[in-house]
Amino acid sequence: MMNRFVEGLAKTRNGIFGRIGGLFNKKIDEEFLEILEENLILADVGPGPTASIINVLKENRDDNPFEVLKEEIYKRVNVVSPKDVSREPKPSVIMFVGVNGSGKTTSIGKLAARFINEGKDVILAAADTFRAAATEQLGLWAEKVGAQFIKSVTGADPAAVAFDAIKAGVAKGADYVLIDTAGRLQTRVNLMEELKKIKRVANKAMAGAPHEVWLVLDASIGQNSFSQVELFNRTVGLTGLILAKLDGTSKGGAVVAISDKYELPVKYVGLGENTRDIEVFEPRKFAEAFVKK
Amino acid sequence: MFEQLTERLELVFKKITGRGLLNEKDVKEAMKGIRIALLEADVNYRVVRQFIADVEKRAVGQDLTKSVSPGQQVVKIFNDELVSLLGDKHCPLVESPQPPTVVMMVGLHGSGKTTLSGKLAKLFRNRGKHPLLVAADIHRPAAKKQLEILAKSIDMPFYTNDLNARDICHEAIKHAKEKLYDLVILDTAGRLQIDDELMAELIDIKRKVKPSEVLFVADAMTGQEAVNVASTFNEKIGITGVALTKLDGDARGGAALSIKAVLKVPIKFVGVGEKLDAIEEFHPERMASRILGMGDIVTLVEKAQKTVDFEKAKKLEKKLRKQEFTFEDFLDQLKQVKKMGPLESLLELIPGVGGKLKGLPIDDKALLRIEAIINSMTKQERRNPSIINGSRRKRIARGSGTSVQDINVLLKQFAQMQKMVKKFSKLSFKGFPQGFPI
Ligand SMILES: Nc1nc2c(ncn2[C@@H]2O[C@H](COP(=O)(O)OP(=O)(O)OP(=O)(O)O)[C@@H](O)[C@H]2O)c(=O)[nH]1
Ligand SMILES: Nc1nc2c(ncn2[C@@H]2O[C@H](COP(=O)(O)OP(=O)(O)OP(=O)(O)O)[C@@H](O)[C@H]2O)c(=O)[nH]1
Ligand SMILES: [Mg+2]
Ligand SMILES: [Mg+2]
Repeated sequence: MMNRFVEGLAKTRNGIFGRIGGLFNKKIDEEFLEILEENLILADVGPGPTASIINVLKENRDDNPFEVLKEEIYKRVNVVSPKDVSREPKPSVIMFVGVNGSGKTTSIGKLAARFINEGKDVILAAADTFRAAATEQLGLWAEKVGAQFIKSVTGADPAAVAFDAIKAGVAKGADYVLIDTAGRLQTRVNLMEELKKIKRVANKAMAGAPHEVWLVLDASIGQNSFSQVELFNRTVGLTGLILAKLDGTSKGGAVVAISDKYELPVKYVGLGENTRDIEVFEPRKFAEAFVKK
Repeated sequence: MFEQLTERLELVFKKITGRGLLNEKDVKEAMKGIRIALLEADVNYRVVRQFIADVEKRAVGQDLTKSVSPGQQVVKIFNDELVSLLGDKHCPLVESPQPPTVVMMVGLHGSGKTTLSGKLAKLFRNRGKHPLLVAADIHRPAAKKQLEILAKSIDMPFYTNDLNARDICHEAIKHAKEKLYDLVILDTAGRLQIDDELMAELIDIKRKVKPSEVLFVADAMTGQEAVNVASTFNEKIGITGVALTKLDGDARGGAALSIKAVLKVPIKFVGVGEKLDAIEEFHPERMASRILGMGDIVTLVEKAQKTVDFEKAKKLEKKLRKQEFTFEDFLDQLKQVKKMGPLESLLELIPGVGGKLKGLPIDDKALLRIEAIINSMTKQERRNPSIINGSRRKRIARGSGTSVQDINVLLKQFAQMQKMVKKFSKLSFKGFPQGFPI
């Protein structure tokens, strides 16, 4: 599994040190720092966080830059979410939110496959009743991976779909209810309010639900990811992140400062469109792959 | 985050405000702020570097005699460059001399190709075309269904079949010729530029159908990789135009600049919502100020340049320093401000001010009232307001159709303004004392 994570990254990506090449064995001097800045920014880390990482390297000029950098990345993405293991809810209700096209539906499909593979009972809830064929898309995933599927008609109340799915999950003793929501830009106030409602109604269907709210980030998106996390978090209270499309050439560097700032763990990374293309996020491996030579 | 940025830029500009000429140091200082702004906006690092270097060269030594503030002048130069790089005017869709015109949508996963296909069909039907929507995404679950539903929702002809992507497109064009559709829009699957197999599919389609447009559909939120992605698509398939989607959010859209700088093909459309009428033509000026996150400072500078008489302004500044500011000068100043347009819209253009001023009772009526009051004063009164006693106040109020209280308020504010003279380093409507009724 772990290897697949690294392989998935390695398949297409070069770590940022891959671009620095020959400079790598050098001491930390101005030239090195400049090239490092360039590469951190090109990895979408963002100018602010890049400056703060560079500062740490400046303060540790005598150390191996590769190790210092790796540690800085690791520290930032290594967020441990407090989890009450003694009280695993049944079903565990997870709500997926995010901007348009970030990869919510696909991530749900892949995760469902993963959970089912572990012998769990999974229900998928098509609470995107807005986008054309969103329900059909999730329905095809459910069929493919063998999950139960709860849907309504286009234009129906998404909260009602979530409600029905959770109720079904409770009745059938399912392990997971995964709620797909429509993509929405974080600045759309009405649509964000709709998410609040889904969350509220979920809690009516089962006290404590949703147990997790995961924001699906597209790794190819740049600094707007900050605004996404800020506003989705403010509206529905996020408990985790999914970094989708990490199989592309983007490094998803925005997540480094985001995880740190919001203390939000990346739960999974998406590495493709197929059923098996999702892996558990490993902070150590991520940091290694990120700065890899 | 972005607000902080605007503030930071304003700080830089303040530092170099009031100095005479644009020297290298000033420009470099301003560029630092602009550089961060561009990087925050996701403009590619290397594009930023090149761009800053170019603008720096142009800005140093610029004649500043006509500018309002050197800092704003730098932004103006910068902005002009940005606009010209983004493209000067709208480029229409290239039409094939032999109908149908074939438009092919390509891009990364989830960028907005399918939605944009629907939007284009609708837009061009409104312009008298007869479009056919073609679903050639055979990979993503329910992708064809999505386009079919979109087509149905706007009563648009739709075509697909169970063949491979290339053959779907080929058959679709035959179908279009039979049915006399003159615009065929091909929706293809999202793909990574490094996915050779899927890129080959696009090459295959292109060879077969020879589209007159290949539109690269890019998410406005795309980060630093936008450059590599777009250029690889371009190298492998050849891009004729770009469409930028999801601009209805708060993305600064630096990808637009990156892609344009590298591809050198026009940005033809922007998507501003999920609905099928949420499509606009591309406006380089809007995009430029969006990327800069600076409000419409350029428009402001231009307006000021056109209307403010800088010779008069300089004289006034001297007077101010000598505490000789009179109601006559004041009236003059009011007239200049008025020439620039409705006050409210002017203030909105100032970065960092626009938002905060919303809802404040700034009205042009107040301006008119003040003008009327001053017009009712004698020359003596205007030059030496201290002689305006009770009976003069009554007369002025009658003459201007205002009340004595209005006169009192104005006199008080005028006195306050004279006190502010020291801070008044230059003529600017920003210099009005707080609480001034305009
Ligand atoms: N390469 C790659 N593609 C992905 C990944 N995750 C999702 N995609 C693709 O990205 C596109 C959008 O994914 P969706 O799952 O439909 O995204 P969504 O967030 O549900 O979109 P909306 O519901 O429209 O907001 C599809 O073409 C997916 O196949 C990934 O990890 N890697
Ligand atoms: N807010 C907003 N959403 C948009 C815009 N354009 C597309 N979308 C949404 O973005 C998501 C993805 O759009 P699609 O048209 O399915 O994207 P695509 O490129 O066809 O995706 P794939 O076929 O999976 O690669 C959907 O939820 C759309 O509704 C836009 O301009 N603004
Ligand atoms: Mg979806
Ligand atoms: Mg599509």
